[in-house]
Amino acid sequence: MNFEPKIVGFCCNWCSYRGADLAGTARMKCSPNVRIIRVMCSGRVEPTFVVKAFELGADGVLVLGCHAGDCHYSEGNYKTMRRMPLLKKMLAQMGIEEERVRLDWVSASEGDRFVSIVDDMTAKVRALGPFKNNSKEAKHG
Amino acid sequence: MAEKKVATKKDTEPKIGVYVCHCGSNIAGTVDVPQVVEFAKGLPAVAIAREYKFMCSDPGQSMIKDDIKQLGLNRVVVASCSPLLHEPTFRHAIQEAGLNPYLFEMANIREHCSWTTEDHGEATEKAKALVSAAVKRIYLHQPLEVREVPVNPNTLIVGGGIAGIQAALEIADAGHKVYLVEKDPSIGGHMIQFDKTFPTLDCSACILTPKMTSAGSHPNIELMTYSEVEEIAGFIGSFKAKIRKKAKFVDESKCNGCGVCIEKCPWKADSEFDLGLSQRKAIYTPFPQAVPNIPVIDKESCAYFLKGKCRACEKFCEREAIDFEQQDKIVEIDVGNIIITTGYDPFDPTPIIKYGYGKFPNVVTGLEFERICNSVGPTGGKIVLKDGSEPKSIAIIHCVGSRDENYHKYCSRVCCMYALKYSHLIKEKTKADVYQMYIDMRCFGKGYEEFYQRLSDEGVTFIRGKPAEVTDRAISEEEKGKLIVVGEDSLLGTVIRVPVDMVILCIALEARADAKNVAQLFSISQGADAFFIERHPKLDPVATMTDGVFIAGCCQGPKDIPDTVAQASAAAARVLALISKGKVELEATVAVIDEEKCSGCRICNLLCPYNAIDFIEEEEVSRINDALCKGCGTCVAACPSAAITHKHFTTEEIMAEIEGVLV
Amino acid sequence: MAKLKLALYWASSCGGCEIAQLQIGDKILKLAEVADIVFWPVAIDAKYKDVEAMPEKSIDVCLFNGAIRTSEQEHMAKMLREKSKVLIAYGACAYGGGIPGLGNMFNRELIFERAYLETPSTDNKEKVLPQTKCKVPEGELTLPEFYDTVKTLGQTVDIDYVIPGCPPEARTTWLALEALIEGKLPPKGTVITHNAKAVCDDCPKKRDVKKVKKFYRTFEIMPDPEICLLEQGLLCAGIATRGGCEAPCPQANMPCTGCYGPVDGVIDQGAHFLSAVASVIDSNDPDEIQRIIDGIYDPVGTFYRYSLPDSLLRRAKIK
Repeated sequence: MNFEPKIVGFCCNWCSYRGADLAGTARMKCSPNVRIIRVMCSGRVEPTFVVKAFELGADGVLVLGCHAGDCHYSEGNYKTMRRMPLLKKMLAQMGIEEERVRLDWVSASEGDRFVSIVDDMTAKVRALGPFKNNSKEAKHG
Repeated sequence: MAEKKVATKKDTEPKIGVYVCHCGSNIAGTVDVPQVVEFAKGLPAVAIAREYKFMCSDPGQSMIKDDIKQLGLNRVVVASCSPLLHEPTFRHAIQEAGLNPYLFEMANIREHCSWTTEDHGEATEKAKALVSAAVKRIYLHQPLEVREVPVNPNTLIVGGGIAGIQAALEIADAGHKVYLVEKDPSIGGHMIQFDKTFPTLDCSACILTPKMTSAGSHPNIELMTYSEVEEIAGFIGSFKAKIRKKAKFVDESKCNGCGVCIEKCPWKADSEFDLGLSQRKAIYTPFPQAVPNIPVIDKESCAYFLKGKCRACEKFCEREAIDFEQQDKIVEIDVGNIIITTGYDPFDPTPIIKYGYGKFPNVVTGLEFERICNSVGPTGGKIVLKDGSEPKSIAIIHCVGSRDENYHKYCSRVCCMYALKYSHLIKEKTKADVYQMYIDMRCFGKGYEEFYQRLSDEGVTFIRGKPAEVTDRAISEEEKGKLIVVGEDSLLGTVIRVPVDMVILCIALEARADAKNVAQLFSISQGADAFFIERHPKLDPVATMTDGVFIAGCCQGPKDIPDTVAQASAAAARVLALISKGKVELEATVAVIDEEKCSGCRICNLLCPYNAIDFIEEEEVSRINDALCKGCGTCVAACPSAAITHKHFTTEEIMAEIEGVLV
Repeated sequence: MAKLKLALYWASSCGGCEIAQLQIGDKILKLAEVADIVFWPVAIDAKYKDVEAMPEKSIDVCLFNGAIRTSEQEHMAKMLREKSKVLIAYGACAYGGGIPGLGNMFNRELIFERAYLETPSTDNKEKVLPQTKCKVPEGELTLPEFYDTVKTLGQTVDIDYVIPGCPPEARTTWLALEALIEGKLPPKGTVITHNAKAVCDDCPKKRDVKKVKKFYRTFEIMPDPEICLLEQGLLCAGIATRGGCEAPCPQANMPCTGCYGPVDGVIDQGAHFLSAVASVIDSNDPDEIQRIIDGIYDPVGTFYRYSLPDSLLRRAKIK
């Protein structure tokens, strides 16, 4: 059976969530693998959420915010822009492949961009295969 | 928290109703709705799960309301379209049935699922995951209270130029109190320095002074000139401002503005109003029509303050209004809203050495030229060179400091038009030849293009190309004793040398030198160009990211008088709307700091775009002003002690949602 | 009143915890008045069979330091749990995995290769690696199994309390012992310290708002002793670490490394520390941000120095 990755997506309420809505309204087809969790701002996304998602069995995590300069809260996305690269550097050390975590920017008018990011990420994570959940293994010593 | 624990378990134990919408065939055509309903029934704490054709319809909403009443549901999940569409609808519905509107959660199985997924099986699985996430999350939801605060009907307007005056009059005429604070001794701003206004060529003072007088005498306007805002506390609806009223050394209550003191004062200094082109007395009003017409003593040039002798003004003042002992006074005022109209600074062209400003006396800035043209200006309105003779030719250089990588990249928007105005004034008053040296002519406003066309017929020479330099090094007999403007006529593609007697530099409008302090004082932001940033560049051009603080005029960006007046009126309208509503709703989904856990590390302090986080020095903890918090959650994600909770988006709720989508 | 029966044990640890236990100074005499030490391999000769012989719950309190790396340590943890009324995870290794927990960046194979084959000082021509069983002429020899993954004591057996620190400060040790002696025990699961807030609350340095343009390693700068070290670009874990230690490291102008573990409510100490640090990077330009991040050489070792096995991911994924 083909492996279908589970990807947790975080979208900010003002830009990327609306972009995702627009993809639907425009009936664009996209991979169903990304399941979106709405936060008010990408700045709310704690690195803990990302590691928690992996701990719970996600194969990838996608964080989408407003483009630089477009943040509804003026600069929340800049905080995300600082946190995610450091988190990715840490996760790389932990053996988590680069493609499993993605930070990107989607405006409310970019339904097509949302679809292409979701499809691209799904394809890449599918190619990587499942993220082996180490914590469960750890429980057995 | 404590009282919640006291409440009986039966009351607080979540009892969730899940409603899956068909949305006609929009959802049901792709998602197997009955399967999702069955799945939902098996989720923890779900008391009932149902489906319906259109949940948002009246019967759909009634179904939810009846279940709340009959089954005692205390939390409701609707799986349908985007929450951005119908969250308010359903929140309202459950509120009508007696539930707190925040005990609601929506699973977006249309936009994010049925409409984007082709495979029915995949769509159904995804819909289940989204429903599961919503159920897991709502389990942890707590009721939230939407708080309303009253709006103090008084308004603070900072800056007494045309923008501030306009906004003040609009609000005052509507019957509300305005404090108009101006740092100079008179209101009027830059507009009162101008001679004529484009494109109509009205006399600037003629159209402004009536407004200044109205503002000065309006029963609802309290003018606070020679004053500056020192401190702002509070939030929309109830700001507290501390205003420093600088000592004028003239008792305002006694002075009747007769002017004898000014006449008798033997000491002089350069006139700020005339940009140093003329002199004023040590006790002075900036210009004859000043509002208020009360002079101030400039300590820097007053002989009494400098040497301890003179007091001529005091001797001649019959009303005994001179008070050398006067001190600065701090006045505290309460206001509900603030409009910032602090205007701009004219660009100083001295650093552009190639144009010779400061080196050649007959190279002047546009603002200086306004004063030269003005009948009460330093030359009595005669356009003359420094030696008093009439110029035979004048070059007007556009874009000095604007559209220039080295200074300001932006277009200052008014220079083309005032340059055209100068052509007309020069032609009217002298026989001089006029050369307009421009990059592009930008005549976008109402009547502007027509003004340009009209001027083109007045014998003005237009040369496209930004001049390279202004020099006095003549290379021909014709150029001797002249200023030679050297550049390229980019339409002809030739190097040109234009000998003239006077050069006018159309200097840029730039953000005030102290704009940063003002931005910090009022918790608003500056753009890369240092002008204040509006909330939305198109749809909210007068509000700022701080509720209750509005901006108008050139402090937001260069603009002409009609645009300034329009923006000032818009700001006034926004304030009036808030005043007439009388109250504002505060965001309920805010962040709160648990002071029992806060170590005072101050990581969060600078992260808030609204400056809602204060560090309490005495207690060594940070505290969020929930009236300023907009609930973005950025500080929550940063707190290394997990001491900050984002209401309705708590870490536990989001973790539960993650678990839910990963079923 | 009968004397308390006290046991002390070390698993995967360095021995520092034993020194720290003695650090309570003359209070040890007070302890001796009220307690008998029934098991303490570092100081008293006792065999495992002696412990095995003890009845269930006959030990009043066991202070267990060290992480669980081998089958022997796991066995002893289980046994001491059975024999003790109160089992306390003593020190950072038992609590969060500690420095040995950083072994979770590797697995047994990689660690053995490094330790027994690759190190320059190793002379192992036959490439012999530790075996759990080995036949010799005299019979079969056994060694405990070396696990792939280090676990905390709490992940191995049920624990009652935690005394954090690498090693625990004397005041923290005594705070717990005093509570035990006086029978005033806090609720089960409590991490016993003087301060539930982060180390910053203990730290006397002047703290201002934070903006960091460049991160430094400790040898790269001489920090101003008056000012918060994080503000000066040193990765001080004080913001993300439970206090009560009185901030001895920052007071000696060295950044806190996080040994007291997270404050209550923090799910993952490293991720929180990381988020806070990243949040105060003073740039909005992705390239500059990356350059600043490049100055953090070992994110896992920095953010999870004592808590990797206790983190959400617990260990690195080895390909």
